[in-house]
Amino acid sequence: MTHPKKRIAAPVLCAGLAILLAACSNNNQQNSLEPKGPEAQKIDDLFIPILGVAIVIGVLVLGVTVYMAIRFRARPGRPDNPKQVHGHTVLEISWTIIPALILAVVAVPTVATIWDLAERPKGPDVLRVEVTGKQWWWEFQLPKQPLVPQATSAKYNAESPKGLVTTATELHIPVGVKVDVALNSGDMIHSFWVPELSGKKDVMPARTNRLTLEASKPGTFLGACAEYCGLSHADMRFRVIAEPMAKWKAWLAKISGPPAQPYEQGNEIYNLTTNTYKCTNCHIFNDAQAPNYGPNLTHFADRSTFAGGAYETNRKNLLRWVRDAPSMVAMASKDCRYPDTPKTICVGMPSFVKDTPRGEKKMTPEDAAKIVDFLLGEK
Amino acid sequence: MTTTTARAKVPATVAPPRGLLWRPKANSGFWSWWTTVDHKKIGILYGGLAMVFFLVAGIEALLIRLQLAGPNGTVLTASQYNTLFTMHGTTMVFLVGMPLATAFGNYLIPLQIGARDVAFPRLNMFGFWVFALGGVFLYSGFFLGGAPNGGWFGYTPLTSTPLTGGALPGHGPDFWAVGLVMLGIGSVTSGLNFVVTILNMRAPGMTLMRMPVFVWMMLVVAFLTVFAMPAVTAALIMVFFDRNFSTNFFVAAAGGDPLLYQHLFWLFGHPEVYILILPGMGIVSETLPVFARKPLFGRSVVIFSGIAIGFLGWGVWAHHMFATGLGPVAQTAFGLSTMLIAIPTGVKIFNWMGTVWGGSVKLNSPMLFSLGFIAMFTIGGLSGVTHSIVPADTQQTDTYYVVAHFHYVLFGGLVFAIFGGFYYWWPKVFGRLLDDRLGKVNFWLMLIGFNLTFFPMHISGLQGQPRRTYTYPADMGWDTMNFIATVGAFVIALSVLVFLINVFKTARNGEVAGADPWDGRTLEWSIPSPAPEYNFAEIPQIHSADDFWHRKYTEDEEGRLVRLPAGGSDDGATHGDGHGIHLPSPSYFPLILALGLPILGYAAVFKLPWLAVPGVIVLLFGVYAWAIEPGTAED
Amino acid sequence: MAQATLPVPADGTEAPGHDAHGHADTNTGVTHTKLAMWVFLSSECIFFGAFISTYLLYRGRSAKGSLTPAEVYNIPFTSATSFILLMSSLTMVLALAAIQRGDHRRFRVWIIATALFGVTFIGGQIYEFTEFYREGLALKSSVFGSSFFVLTGLHGLHVSVGIMWLLTLWGLSMQNRLHVQNAESVEIAGLYWHFVDIVWIVIFTVIYLIP
Repeated sequence: MTHPKKRIAAPVLCAGLAILLAACSNNNQQNSLEPKGPEAQKIDDLFIPILGVAIVIGVLVLGVTVYMAIRFRARPGRPDNPKQVHGHTVLEISWTIIPALILAVVAVPTVATIWDLAERPKGPDVLRVEVTGKQWWWEFQLPKQPLVPQATSAKYNAESPKGLVTTATELHIPVGVKVDVALNSGDMIHSFWVPELSGKKDVMPARTNRLTLEASKPGTFLGACAEYCGLSHADMRFRVIAEPMAKWKAWLAKISGPPAQPYEQGNEIYNLTTNTYKCTNCHIFNDAQAPNYGPNLTHFADRSTFAGGAYETNRKNLLRWVRDAPSMVAMASKDCRYPDTPKTICVGMPSFVKDTPRGEKKMTPEDAAKIVDFLLGEK
Repeated sequence: MTTTTARAKVPATVAPPRGLLWRPKANSGFWSWWTTVDHKKIGILYGGLAMVFFLVAGIEALLIRLQLAGPNGTVLTASQYNTLFTMHGTTMVFLVGMPLATAFGNYLIPLQIGARDVAFPRLNMFGFWVFALGGVFLYSGFFLGGAPNGGWFGYTPLTSTPLTGGALPGHGPDFWAVGLVMLGIGSVTSGLNFVVTILNMRAPGMTLMRMPVFVWMMLVVAFLTVFAMPAVTAALIMVFFDRNFSTNFFVAAAGGDPLLYQHLFWLFGHPEVYILILPGMGIVSETLPVFARKPLFGRSVVIFSGIAIGFLGWGVWAHHMFATGLGPVAQTAFGLSTMLIAIPTGVKIFNWMGTVWGGSVKLNSPMLFSLGFIAMFTIGGLSGVTHSIVPADTQQTDTYYVVAHFHYVLFGGLVFAIFGGFYYWWPKVFGRLLDDRLGKVNFWLMLIGFNLTFFPMHISGLQGQPRRTYTYPADMGWDTMNFIATVGAFVIALSVLVFLINVFKTARNGEVAGADPWDGRTLEWSIPSPAPEYNFAEIPQIHSADDFWHRKYTEDEEGRLVRLPAGGSDDGATHGDGHGIHLPSPSYFPLILALGLPILGYAAVFKLPWLAVPGVIVLLFGVYAWAIEPGTAED
Repeated sequence: MAQATLPVPADGTEAPGHDAHGHADTNTGVTHTKLAMWVFLSSECIFFGAFISTYLLYRGRSAKGSLTPAEVYNIPFTSATSFILLMSSLTMVLALAAIQRGDHRRFRVWIIATALFGVTFIGGQIYEFTEFYREGLALKSSVFGSSFFVLTGLHGLHVSVGIMWLLTLWGLSMQNRLHVQNAESVEIAGLYWHFVDIVWIVIFTVIYLIP
């Protein structure tokens, strides 16, 4: 008779191993098992051994359960009067104490890592970034001057954004630099999560949470909102792009500058966006510093994706987007074009071809093309 | 002790008023189910309706899985998806898990403690009607301006922002908040009822330590329910006021703190997890000894572990909030307390294994589900321990890893135990056994389907797939895992279909069960199947734990079973026909009183003050009529 | 929920048996209804605890410029109504003692006095609410307004239910439907009434008196 435990244990172990390998080999840039920075690495180093212990215990318990079911199975001819064991003090004490000891051993590095990760990075070489989560996109604000000896935190303040340059959806950071991320919410609770760089941290109204990030190598790391925040929570994504210091400085200098094209009272694009379609109720086109209700579009064409990272920045996508954004990402805005509408009811872009408020103009393809041309020129 | 003595001694002090307040007489037939106060019938009602909601929540889950079968799914819109995951969670917790536990508790607690009914039969029926009407109320949102769509956890400010704030479309959060307050009233009444029944109505000789473990677990659950519900009720009242009366409880700009809601919610929400799982633990603590033909290993340890879980369950709530920025002190404290609660849980698992070890194991349907419970719950427990590793939890929380974890606990745990309980107690309730071969098909399909559905979620979660997202992009490498999960969900659906077929098939020609088809250990097997209306012709005298077993068996000097000579041993059920036992008469007023609540609910959701007037009138009429209706039906 | 535990003078189904000396025939020696009331009241503790903690958490967090507790509270007035509510507990005790003796006349006097004290308290609360509202403190004006009105309002609702309950007992007694054997239904109403009073003592101390 083959040993049933062996018969079952081997395939289970193989399957487990195969699955683990599969899990590690997914290069989707959002894989918590593929850490690319020291914070995520610390978490991974803590998690994997404990997961291993858990898998061993799990396989043992499952194995014994299956073994018992087979070994002690009632069979015809076998006496049906098993020994009546009511308990076993030594056994029971040991299976209370042993798990307690295992957990005590697990607790030590856990607590150490909690405190380690909670520490805010100090020193001159720290980049401070203000992140604001809004339904359903991310705003990033970086200090305008390249790097970065800031004595005090540049706390986010919608009224006086001086010294911070505002962008959205894509956060560029220099490689090998600790990034001290301050998290603010514009409306609901969101959660800022770049799995390959760090664990997640909720973005709470009424308080500023902090998170530390660092990328060890250049690369693009995908992030997502991880707290349900309403209709298009699934589309609230972003990316962190880690670049060598020189490249990053050049990027920052570029997006800190004035808009690439003229945008002032009297020119056609100004009229279209300010008067006809009232884009400026929520967006800003000519001031790299100002945060607003919607994403700041001053250097829009610098971003490879838009709409919370859901779409690639190209003419085809944009032509559809500016006219009928809700057909691409679920949103619930109807009356945003009335100037006296409270902005809090605008969650996302309205459609300019459907649900147009009475007396307002629907967007023509020609106008859309002009706006898209302008946006794509905003390098 | 029993209602019999009560009626004999307390004189009816009020002459029954004519006309208005008669009590219904029918004890059988369709209409008797509307007014019954028999704990067994109420248990069946709870079970039946909860299974209807189980099917509804299952269909919601299938739609969710269809949407996620591949990337960029278009089966559902974002809005529909959000509604479905909200309703799936809310339904499974409040309309399936808790009522199913209440169903088993209702039917079994009086039988297992040797009582003729629960302490408050009409309150019992009131609890059922509140559950039924609360469930209908929640679902009526689908037709009346928006079903709940803020998640079963309903975090503020998303749910508390007024309708005009545009955070969530429709009246969803209003239906959700009011519906949950209503369901909370129902669960608190049934919790109170169980506490009093268990503490006050045990048969002579049944000390607390001689109580069946299922009854013990239900006692812990009842206390947890009574103390946990008010916390969430308070939170829901604040949400409702913020939405409808412009209060500022969770308005950050006015100094309110959305995090307060999470504390209140999880102060309820974590005990709630144990409210859901402890009945399952109670069920397998009954089935394993019967089918291993051995007493529960370390019985008192199992009981005390259950109590310990009940207490520790109050000290771990913030582990649902590790990512909210609690700070390292709170993270450390709650991480450690979470590890601590794993110890009594582990002890229980080992004791169950100790029970089976060396037994004479009958691998029939109830036993397979019970063993399945041990295995699946262990996986869920272990992934739970990885959540207590706080830094790792910040990667896992709000991903599919968590979805996998709690389905292993609540489906692999509770649902497996419940199905085991169905197969085990079905003959007692309906007098016929469920088919064992179909039962085994049911089990294996469910085990395979369940693991196909939820095991891959561990992986996609660790690979970064967030929860509560209506779709995901194609290039994330999650396609295979999600597709497998969808296939598994349909296998689970198939297994439930097999169960339903089993139910309908055996209803007509199932094997007739005697009083004691499994050679059981507890008192319910000492009476005929189905249990007679009066339960026990004579209230039994209890001499030990598993008293009924010891009437049948003794142990020889080696500790092996020896069957006692028949006669003095088996069913005490045949004594007497219950003649002369007075039972409480059915009553209209539990239903009428409960009807007042949804009327008030609609008045609140739609802000219709005039509708509150009939609501209050119905409530007052219900209360007063309840209080002064005659004690028995007029002959 | 409170309604569900109303006394059931006519109905033996939910009152366990008593022997001649009034001892309950239950495992714990406490009757079903009384035990249920105790458990229910402990559940209520959590309910009020949640609102009291909320109030305390939000103390001093209202937006600048909004009314503060010190500006609206009228401590002498509320002290007076609190004292009246406290006195109603005393009359409740006297009412229970009277019914236990079978002294129906005194029972009616004390129970109606208890209810009237309760009504006075509620009257005071209504006056207080209108006064605060006139001064500019509304549900929506600040977290202070929200947490104050909802907490004290829910307490007032509990007192109102209690008053109805007391009046019902009074009405039953007037119709000669309340007997010595039903003294426990008065005792249970009393438990509820004392609980509501104690909660008010906590609210008054923690919310009005502690600055």
